Amino acid sequence: MYHKTIPYRIFNVFNIGLLVLLAVLCIIPLIHVLAISFSSKAAADAGLIGLWPVDFSLEAYKKTMNNPAFLRSIWISVARTVLGTALTLAITFLAAYPLSKERRVFASRSVYSWLFVFSMVFNGGLVPFYIVIQKLGLINSFWVLVLPGAVNTFLVILMLNFFRGIPKELEEAAYIDGAGHFKTLFRIYLPVSLPSIATIALFSMVFHWNSWFDGLLYLNNSRDFPLATFLQTVIIQQDMSTMSMSPKEMELLSQTTVNAAQIFIGAAPILLVYPFLQRFFVKGMTLGSVKE
Amino acid sequence: MKNLRKTWPFHLMLLPALICLALFSYLPMTGIIMAFQDYKPWEGIQGSAWVGLDNFRYLFEREDSLQVIWNTLVIAVLKIVFNLLVPFSFAILLNEIRKRALQRTIQTMVYLPHFLSWVILGGILIEMLAVDGFVNRVLASVGVQPIFFLGDNDWFRFTVIVSDVWKEFGYNTIVFLAALAGVNPTLYEAAEIDGAGRWKQTLHITMPSLLPITVVVGTLALGNILNAGFDQIFNLYNPLVYEKGDIIDTFVYRTAILNGEMGFGTAIGLFKSVISMILILISYRMAYKWAGYRIF
Repeated sequence: MYHKTIPYRIFNVFNIGLLVLLAVLCIIPLIHVLAISFSSKAAADAGLIGLWPVDFSLEAYKKTMNNPAFLRSIWISVARTVLGTALTLAITFLAAYPLSKERRVFASRSVYSWLFVFSMVFNGGLVPFYIVIQKLGLINSFWVLVLPGAVNTFLVILMLNFFRGIPKELEEAAYIDGAGHFKTLFRIYLPVSLPSIATIALFSMVFHWNSWFDGLLYLNNSRDFPLATFLQTVIIQQDMSTMSMSPKEMELLSQTTVNAAQIFIGAAPILLVYPFLQRFFVKGMTLGSVKE
Repeated sequence: MKNLRKTWPFHLMLLPALICLALFSYLPMTGIIMAFQDYKPWEGIQGSAWVGLDNFRYLFEREDSLQVIWNTLVIAVLKIVFNLLVPFSFAILLNEIRKRALQRTIQTMVYLPHFLSWVILGGILIEMLAVDGFVNRVLASVGVQPIFFLGDNDWFRFTVIVSDVWKEFGYNTIVFLAALAGVNPTLYEAAEIDGAGRWKQTLHITMPSLLPITVVVGTLALGNILNAGFDQIFNLYNPLVYEKGDIIDTFVYRTAILNGEMGFGTAIGLFKSVISMILILISYRMAYKWAGYRIF
């Protein structure tokens, strides 16, 4: 057996060492930022913090939680995530059912499929999209965060591939009992497809929580920003503009610990759902990519 | 028509999705005529002057836009190559670990960065990669001079590619691991009996069995050849590194949205969309032909 040989054992030790090192590298940045957020401002400014807090302090979190702009942006993010996910789920669930039918049953299927696929392959680009949003009166509206992303062809494909795996007999039995398509969809398909609905919900939640560019582009008032956009303007744009400042000015503006706390709070919901994400995403990712 | 009596529920179910597609995918496509206009927001599409292909000529005459196209190609191609090589090797190495618990723990850790947005990661990286940041302090302890990773034109592309691979390699490993799980174990047993060592087995069994999925992933990535990653670049770059780090998407944002050159911005966007579409269609065709891959 190869794994009993001495060269393989040496390889194995190095291999485990290398992979563990890579794995640690993937989470070090988060640990570093967490350490900063729990440290005192003085220690952070002096650059003393590695992977463990120095002068443990909750000051940064207190300041963050007392910042009304921050709290408002969290609320907006929650609202867009809940509404956006609900809308995406409803639309995806409804659209995937007819698209999962065979041509024999639903002749127009291929025309519709092409409409969906083409929208994935080609787009008008940023400027025409911006103009359309403007014409629709969605600039500075909350709904600009929810409506444009409501249909995602990738999620529709995921859902319809799942529907195709449902045994035909279920549907035929429902048909014989006199159920129409709507009844079949909601009474038969809905209960058995809960796992894939959960997958799509997770995809959509992560998308909405992480989206920042739409807020930056279509909302002019920072009071309307969702959390991701808020963080983008407060942490990243701020940082860019400090590059041309004198050290004295930077000292006054230094917000390292508060920034770290805000970053960590922004990542927290993703970390919370991560155990579920990992399970469902792996399924979603391999679905349709590896086929026998 | 008698068909419609049977299939009306299908059309009704598709209606909400189609309305969204019409408004947010197909309506914007009509706006590409702005690429052939000197578009002025106050004159609208009807009132703006037609300029033919001037915007496109301008695109290939302006030095900054050519530089931007080149930057995009370089960054995107390097990302595609390393986002294929690293997960490929990582999957093979991870597959060698026989302790399931350790394997799963490593997987859990490497998938994580994929789910965090570039705003979060950008915020962390700007902090860590600063001249007096964590990374430079670690480097200083082994005697390396401070490096301005995000402000130095010689380092910016390197930083962008490494950080992108760092974020995505774990997640990209998933498809390779799935393919490895499907390899017939009797192949290895037969090789073992024939006296092949583990390296020989990897070379003649593991790697060939990963070939089809590698071809699929690689060809499908072709469609991204003009996508150098807007989210990442936008959150990491700054005027100091425009020369080597500015890409098509960030350039469009600045010229069209911030400077108001709408017609020009549409033209670059159209240039990108058309080339991407052609590449996507070709790559799907190839993936289907070589590896029998279909999305539907």
